Amino acid sequence: MIGPFRGGSRGERGTMAWTRFGKKKDMPGGLWIKCEACGNMIFRKDFPGSKVCPECGHHFPLGAEARLRMTLDEGSFEEFWADMRTIDRLGFVDRAPYKEKIEKTIKKAGRNEAIVTGIGAIAGMPLAIGVMDFQFLGGSMGVVVGEKVARLVELARERSLPLVIFCASGGARMHEGALSLMQMAKSCATLKRFQDGGGFYVSVLTNPTTGGVTASFATVADVILAEPGALIGFAGPRVIKTTLKQDLPKGFQKAEFLLEKGQIDRIVPRDRMRPELARLIAYATGRDPLPLKEITGDPGGEVQAG
Amino acid sequence: MAKQDDKNKTRDRSFEGTLAFERPILEMEHKIQELKSLAESTHLNLNGEVTALEERLRKVTSQVYDRLTPWERVNVARHPDRPVTSDYLTRMLDDFVELHGDRLFADDPAIVTGFGMLDGRRLMLVGHRKGKSVKERLLCNFGCAHPEGYRKALEKMRLAERLGIPILCLINTPGAYPGIGAEERGQARAIAYNIREMFGLRVPILALVIGEGGSGGALGIGIGDRVGILEHAYYSVISPEGCAAILWKSGDKAPEAAEALKLTAGDLKSLGVVDDVLPEPLGGAHRNPEETLATVREWVLEGLDSLSGMAPEELMERRFRKFREMGEVEQGEGHPVEA
Ligand SMILES: [Zn+2]
Repeated sequence: MIGPFRGGSRGERGTMAWTRFGKKKDMPGGLWIKCEACGNMIFRKDFPGSKVCPECGHHFPLGAEARLRMTLDEGSFEEFWADMRTIDRLGFVDRAPYKEKIEKTIKKAGRNEAIVTGIGAIAGMPLAIGVMDFQFLGGSMGVVVGEKVARLVELARERSLPLVIFCASGGARMHEGALSLMQMAKSCATLKRFQDGGGFYVSVLTNPTTGGVTASFATVADVILAEPGALIGFAGPRVIKTTLKQDLPKGFQKAEFLLEKGQIDRIVPRDRMRPELARLIAYATGRDPLPLKEITGDPGGEVQAG
Repeated sequence: MAKQDDKNKTRDRSFEGTLAFERPILEMEHKIQELKSLAESTHLNLNGEVTALEERLRKVTSQVYDRLTPWERVNVARHPDRPVTSDYLTRMLDDFVELHGDRLFADDPAIVTGFGMLDGRRLMLVGHRKGKSVKERLLCNFGCAHPEGYRKALEKMRLAERLGIPILCLINTPGAYPGIGAEERGQARAIAYNIREMFGLRVPILALVIGEGGSGGALGIGIGDRVGILEHAYYSVISPEGCAAILWKSGDKAPEAAEALKLTAGDLKSLGVVDDVLPEPLGGAHRNPEETLATVREWVLEGLDSLSGMAPEELMERRFRKFREMGEVEQGEGHPVEA
C-alpha cells in the first residue's frame, strides 16, 4: 500500500489502519503520518516539507528553523541573542522545579528559548524577524521572549528595517509570574516607538496564538496575517466553554472566524507566505523586490502533533 | 443541650462565607459586641472587660494578619466587604462625573470612567468596577471587562491627555472576560492596544491595584508612571486556581500556586513590578474602609505632586524605561543595539 489512504472516519481511534501502523505516540518515527484534521494516513515520504497535509491542507506546527528556511532568502539569516537565557527569579516549583524543566527543554529543543530572533532578507529586502516555537514550553512568553522581542523591535528601529514576527504561543509563562506579564508591556512599549517613528510591522499568527502574546505584540501589528485554521484568541476555548457552560460556535477563534470579525487582515497559506511577505514589505518600504527565488530542498524538522 | 446546639448553629451561620483564618477575629468581635449590648441592657459597667477584650482583639488580629499566606491574601483581596472602585468614587473623590461612552459598541459596566475632583485637583478616573450588591456584581461580570470597557478607558484617557488632566487607574479584576462576544470584538487587541497607547499619553498616570490584579485584564489599564498596590492586594500573570489547574492538574492546589507565583505586594515590590506598597488598616481594608480611602488619597495626592512638574517627554521617557527594564536575563551579549 503506497500513498495516502482513508484511515477511518475523522478522529476515530482503533481502526485497523490505526492499530496496524502504531499509536499516535510512535508517529514521529513511523512510516505513516495520520493527519489530525482529516484522519487520512499519509506516507511519510509524501508529506511535504511545509508540513501541510496534502489531503486537506491542514497546517501542522512548524519548527522555528524550518520556518526561517521557508521564509527567508537562502543563507540570509543572522541570529542574534541566541545565548540569552532565563534566570529563575521566582525560584518557581510546581510538581518539579522550573529550573529542571527549562534545562530539559533547552536540551531537547537545542535552543535556549521560545523565540528565535535576527535579521534576514526576503527577495533581497532586509528585515528584522522573530519566529516563536510552540514546542518550547508552549511558546510561552517569559522575560527572555519579552526581552528578545523588545531588542528585535529596537534593532528594526535603529536600522530602519521592516519587522516580521511569527507568533505561536499559549500565552505568558506562569513560571516567571508577574515578570512574564510585564513583558507584554515591555514589547508594546518598544513597538510604540518603532511604529510611531514610521516602522512597519507584520505579525503572522500561527496555530495556536493565545493569551498574553495575543494581548500584546501579536495584535498591535500594522498588518496581521494568519495561517489557515490557526486558533487565535485571548482566552483559550476550554476556559470559555467552562465559564459559559455552553458549546462554542463552529469555527470559533479560528483564523477564518477572526477574518470575518475584522480582527485580522489576510489568511495566507504557508506555501504562499514568502511571496506575500515580499509584496507587503515592498508596498510598505517602496523598495523593488528582486525576483523571488524558489526555496530549494526540504526545510527540515519533524512533523509535530498540534 | 439542645439550646446550646441551636446557638452554635446560629453562630456558624453568621460566619458563613467568611475567611477561615479570620474566625478567631470574628468570634472575638462578636463577643465584644455581646458584652457591649449586655452592658447596655443591664446597665452594668463592663468597660474594663470590654477594653481588655479589645486589646486582646488587636493582638489576635495582628497575629493573624502578620502571618497571612499568599493564598489567604488572595482571599482578603477578594473579600466582599473590601472597598471597591465605587467606594473610591463616592467617598474618596470630592466630586465625580461619570462618562459612559466607548463610541463604538456599548457601555461596559465592568469599567467606570469619568472626571473626578480630589482636593481641588482634576483627574480622569478609570477603574474596574466589581459592584457592591449581588445584582451589581452580576451586572459588572464581577469586574471582568469586555473589549468595549478597555476601549472606553482609552477613549477617556485620550480625552484627559487633550485637556492636560492626569489619570488615575484603579485596578480590581479577576481578569478580562472570557466569552464569545469578547473574542469576536477583539479582547486581546483591545488590551494590547491600550498597553501600547498608554506609553504615548502625555499626562501623568497613576495606577493602583486595590484588590485583584488579574493578568492582562489588569495590565490593560495598568501602565503607570507610578504603580502602587495595597498591602493585601495581589497582581498575577494568572489566577492561582488557573495556574494550579494547569501546572498541578488540580484546582485544589491553588494555595501552592499562590505561593509559587510570588503575587503578594511585598514580592512584587522586590521584583520591581510595583513602585509602592500602601499599608492597609490592621485586619485588612475591609475592616476599616475609611482608613484605606485616606491612605489612597494621600498616595494619589503625593503622586500627582511628584509628577505634575515633569515635561511630557520626560514622563514618557521614564514610563518607557521603567517597563523596558522589567526582568533580568542571563547573557544575551553581543547584541548590536543598546537596550
Ligand atoms: Zn489532512
